[in-house]
Amino acid sequence: MSDESNSVPAEAPERFAIGISFGNSSSSIARISPEGKAEVIANEEGDRQIPSVLSYIEGEEYHGTQAKAQLIRNPKNTVAYFRDYLGKNYKSIDATPCHQSAHPVQVDSTVAFSIRDTASEDVNTVTVSEITTRHLRRLKQSAADFIGKEVNAAVITVPTDFHDAQREALIAAAKEAGIEVLQLIHEPVAAVMAYDARPEATVADKLVVVADLGGTRSDVAVIACRGGMYTILATAHDYELGGASLDQIIIDHFAKEFIKKHKVDPRENERGLAKLKLEGEATRKALSLGTNASLSIESLTDGIDFSSTINRTRYELLSSKVFAQFTDLIQQVIKKAELDVLDIDEVIFSGGASHTPKIAHLARNIFPEKTAILAPSTLITALNPSELAARGAAVQASLIQEFDKEDIEQSIHPMVTATPHLRNAIGVQFVSGEDVDFQPLLNAETALPARRTAQYSVPKAGGSVFVRVCEGVREIKVTKPEPKPKAEKASDAEEDDSDFDSDEDEEEEIRETVWKTDKAIAELAVKDVKAGGKVELMVHVNSDLGLQITVREVGGQSAVRGAVESPKPTEN
Amino acid sequence: MASAQVFNITLPALPEGWSADKDFKAVGSVSAATQRNLEPVGPHFLAHARRKRHQRTFSEDERIQAQQNVKKTEEDEDDEISEPEDPMMLSRDAKDWKAQDHYAVLGLSKYRWRATPEQIKRAHRKKVLRHHPDKKAAMGQTDENDNFFKCIQKATELLLDPVRRRQFDSVDEAADVEPPTKKEAAKGNFYKLWSKAFVAEGRFSKKQPVPTLGNEDSTKEEVEGFYDFWYNFDSWRTFEYLDEDVPDDNENRDQKRHVEKKNANARRKRKTEDNTRLRHMIDECLANDERIKKFRQQARAGKDKKRLEKEAEAKRLAEEKEKARVEEEQRKKEAEETAKADREKTKKAKEAAKNAAKKNKRVLKGAVKEVNYFVEGGDASAGQVDAVLGDVELLMSKIDHEELAALAESLTAAGKDGAAVKAAYAAQAKQLVEAGKLKEGELKTFA
Repeated sequence: MSDESNSVPAEAPERFAIGISFGNSSSSIARISPEGKAEVIANEEGDRQIPSVLSYIEGEEYHGTQAKAQLIRNPKNTVAYFRDYLGKNYKSIDATPCHQSAHPVQVDSTVAFSIRDTASEDVNTVTVSEITTRHLRRLKQSAADFIGKEVNAAVITVPTDFHDAQREALIAAAKEAGIEVLQLIHEPVAAVMAYDARPEATVADKLVVVADLGGTRSDVAVIACRGGMYTILATAHDYELGGASLDQIIIDHFAKEFIKKHKVDPRENERGLAKLKLEGEATRKALSLGTNASLSIESLTDGIDFSSTINRTRYELLSSKVFAQFTDLIQQVIKKAELDVLDIDEVIFSGGASHTPKIAHLARNIFPEKTAILAPSTLITALNPSELAARGAAVQASLIQEFDKEDIEQSIHPMVTATPHLRNAIGVQFVSGEDVDFQPLLNAETALPARRTAQYSVPKAGGSVFVRVCEGVREIKVTKPEPKPKAEKASDAEEDDSDFDSDEDEEEEIRETVWKTDKAIAELAVKDVKAGGKVELMVHVNSDLGLQITVREVGGQSAVRGAVESPKPTEN
Repeated sequence: MASAQVFNITLPALPEGWSADKDFKAVGSVSAATQRNLEPVGPHFLAHARRKRHQRTFSEDERIQAQQNVKKTEEDEDDEISEPEDPMMLSRDAKDWKAQDHYAVLGLSKYRWRATPEQIKRAHRKKVLRHHPDKKAAMGQTDENDNFFKCIQKATELLLDPVRRRQFDSVDEAADVEPPTKKEAAKGNFYKLWSKAFVAEGRFSKKQPVPTLGNEDSTKEEVEGFYDFWYNFDSWRTFEYLDEDVPDDNENRDQKRHVEKKNANARRKRKTEDNTRLRHMIDECLANDERIKKFRQQARAGKDKKRLEKEAEAKRLAEEKEKARVEEEQRKKEAEETAKADREKTKKAKEAAKNAAKKNKRVLKGAVKEVNYFVEGGDASAGQVDAVLGDVELLMSKIDHEELAALAESLTAAGKDGAAVKAAYAAQAKQLVEAGKLKEGELKTFA
């Protein structure tokens, strides 16, 4: 019964979850602010993108930017780019990114690093999962310091190609760091979530390309958003393309300049190369913001100081090849999803390299006018590409924070996630004279069961109307431009600004999407609608592909109902 | 997607001649679906998962969710924090906030230390709505200093700070429950009265949950656990709230230090007093606890039983030992007697055998004499007699009793027939030679 013991005991471990984006080159942590907005937390050094680097000097651990700076002086005891090694076999890893930091070594077929992480001179072998644990522990601490509350749970983002062993290794490493992993979510989906969780966002059916251009690798995915649910249609990865490829161009440029002046190649000196790399990265980032950037390094090699500038045009010229690789990757994934650029409604740029304005501009040229390119250089309201994954994870964390562990597990079980998706769009056919038009109501790739409601106008005079529900297929219509450009047909009233008349080159052909009625499903009639009235159509598709269709006049009493049987298994 | 999309497209008029039952005609079916994995993220997915797991349809799910939402708002309004406000309290001076009952100010007197921060927030909101100075002004009641409003703010501020709230709770006398006197407890509601006192005291425990006093049927472990807990009670109770104000002017440092020291002493003293008080309270409860007496009796009864059992066991063992000893003696005696009888019997047999042997030997010697020492006619010479008798002696010394008896028998049967006697001897001698007891040619006369 001590006297000065009036401190309030720690509350029963209440779950407080954050979102963590754990990247190969940098990580971010995010939370939902009391105002309900996702915000990325700065660590104690003020960084929102915390380099995934750990460095050890005399037993002291450095993390983030401080650790990254150690790549120059202390590369042997600095661990970087370790995320992709987690849960992998030593034989299957690509060790090139670690060329200038601690090299991975093999320990019982897993990956480890030999570093001096204690005050003693002994070299310790630290497994990659232990490194991950230490990294996550630091992230957790930074978040807890910022929020002022113990953080004990998280939603962590992973690339789409993370296999089960890697997932398990990450969950185990996080557990070791005192973080309960509520869920692992895919990075591109987290990016879409970050945009969709904004209060001004509406739930719409759209096809999104997420280009995650990271530090050492790039991943692109095509995601179908249908009624707020996401389905990945295709992914493409390039493990060599990323910010580092762009850094290399800058490094080479300045190295050549240096050789011209001093007849020494700074890249031959290990420390010189590390310095160039670190400063080159900073210069590249500066070029994303301004049109000019300088680089100055003290004692680059042989004690010679180096200082120079580069402008953006020069940089873009030099990197045109690499930029083309990025756009190629995007086009490749669209092809893989058996889609056309015309189908894409949004392109989300995520990851550090997405700040580069030229990449977004190149993408702008690929896609039609109606496609929104969500990158800082093309859209003022775009979110910071580096923060997207962490924000999305934070949104998901806030959604499932209150759930029981069991509830979450049940919800993400394949029983629940594996769902049938519509192959063709379902909509209404309009016939007016000769023209046959189709208006999609449920788009292709909609997860079932699904329900959609729509209202249509009726002829001015009123009377009975005819509703023909059918399947539609999207076709690409290619027309050679004629001397007199013909009036653009609004192909899609839903996306009413779908005409693209801006880039009309004389030689270029016009491509547009056209809906074709494929297979009729049901016909309904609404009798005696009032003049100026509206008709509401509700289509409900069951997971067994059975349909319930209801049509009624808005404000009217009676409704026309009917059901369409699910197709027999032998059919189709 | 509850809201409908609105399209500005005109539906075609009903073609002439189209008719169907109930105006509906199914003409086809949807193409086969593609199986894909949904990404398990986002609010809409969670709704989808909920529907799928509970097998609800869209409309069912909407209805259930709506019901749940309604329930939540109802709960909020359910526990009205409304207590009649004491006019004395309303006219309190806000400067004297230390003496006010913060819970009563917020209308939480029935909850006191049990009130959750959520309840405090709600109570504060409620009180502010009623006592806000702007409202008072609008109603024409003017209170220059907004005293009660200030009291409310002070109370909320204090109760929402966990450390300061504990300081107040420590000295919140209204929440104390006096332990019952002996007389009250003797009336039969010992457990009820004492439990209340211990629950009130248990709010200071650092360890939660606090064990309950239980009732007359509690087990010994429970009761012991309860008293163990209370004798090792770890309390967070402090008496800082009763501190004298430390003068914060920088003018008189000594005075400040003096007051601080005094406060510290007072706190320590109160804490010690509180510990002693608690100790006494537990002692008293323990002394009057019927269960302790019951357990003691049970223990004593148990001990007695054990002792009796032990004694009985010892007695039984002694008896068994005695019995075994007697039996052993008996057995020994019997053995001795039989041994003795055996010895006598063998002795007799030996003697009999000896006599028989003597007799047989006599027969042997007699037999040769009968046949005149194998001499045909006339008396046998002394030398012959010696040779024959010598051989007979030698033979006798070599053969055993059975052979001797058999030989004697055959000799008796032979009678005075010299040849038969000689043959009998010869047969015997041959037997002996074959057995290796005699050398061939040793018995000259029986060769």
